[in-house]
Amino acid sequence: MNQWKNFTKGFIKENPVFVLLLGMCPTLGVTSSAINGLGMGLATTFVLVMSNIVISLIKGFIPDKVRIPSFIVVIASFVTIVQMVLQAYLPALYAQLGLFIPLIVVNCIILGRAEAFASKNGVWSSLLDGLGMGLGFALALTILGSVREMLGAGAIFNYKFIPANSDGILLFILAPGAFLVLGYLIAIVNKIKKQA
Amino acid sequence: MSYIIIIISAIFVHNIVLSQFLGICPFLGVSKKISTSVGMAGAIMFVMTLATIVTYLLQYFVLNPLHIEFMQTITFILVIAGLVQMVEIILKKVSPAMYQALGIFLPLITTNCAVLGVAILVIQKDFNLMESVVFAVATSIGYGLALITFAGIREHLDLVRVPKGMQGTPIALITAGIMAMAFMGFTGIV
Repeated sequence: MNQWKNFTKGFIKENPVFVLLLGMCPTLGVTSSAINGLGMGLATTFVLVMSNIVISLIKGFIPDKVRIPSFIVVIASFVTIVQMVLQAYLPALYAQLGLFIPLIVVNCIILGRAEAFASKNGVWSSLLDGLGMGLGFALALTILGSVREMLGAGAIFNYKFIPANSDGILLFILAPGAFLVLGYLIAIVNKIKKQA
Repeated sequence: MSYIIIIISAIFVHNIVLSQFLGICPFLGVSKKISTSVGMAGAIMFVMTLATIVTYLLQYFVLNPLHIEFMQTITFILVIAGLVQMVEIILKKVSPAMYQALGIFLPLITTNCAVLGVAILVIQKDFNLMESVVFAVATSIGYGLALITFAGIREHLDLVRVPKGMQGTPIALITAGIMAMAFMGFTGIV
């Protein structure tokens, strides 16, 4: 039961984007379409799960003073792996996400979970925590990407549902749309949480 | 590419916060008061310029000759983390007044993706050292401009009645969205 809670808390109750407001840069930067949001979310999930596992394994050996730099090295190593794998197998997605792949390193969610959870708990709980948080992040990014893609391009997952010769509201694909849509989504989540 | 174009482009057209989405966390976090946002802007300008110079030299004199470009992410983040710590120690010793003003913001900057972002961007754009420095300074001016303007708006927002669900972050994000629209007006200058 407790393990189940570790896994599910990232979805809504402690959703990293909508509730904890962590990792805002990739959230806003890459969600111009649902596919990009999902890709970024899954890449972050991988790094989060792997770094949580490694950090919970080595937490006994790391002196407290050099804790944070050690965590950063672990995280940066996994980010480099993701970067190379994406470049090799999914070059189109790699080009779309661009600068935001190396910037997974400074995503506060990952360091935050390492410090708040993985450095204090066992491997199995840390794995579930990382997976739950990562999927919650991916979920939030996919929702945000879908809304922006629907409004901005009249499409979802590249499937266009408005007439081929018409356009969506371009603003929502551009920078201001990211801020506006996220603002309204957080307001809706606040509203739902109040009622629940 | 002339320096003026780099400067105008980095400050207005491709503003780091409002069109590149880098450094959003401190942008939302420390923008509640003008005074703190000025301190943050100063600290960022200092660290960003220094970090860009150091990482630039590392890339061209260590990583490239040794053909270990794939180590870029790990190297850069460690250098930035170390640099921030060093700046903090030196500043404490040399200029206590400045440390007082910037002190609390310095540790936060390690996780500011704008610093790492600019360090990687200047490598991707093939800038030379001088262009990189100009780009870093101009970017941090753009950051400061966005941050301080935003803080000014938020100070006024505190006095306004906002619907309950929209209070706090949602209204701040929508304000940022409207500011981003305003900055879109600069598109096409360069």
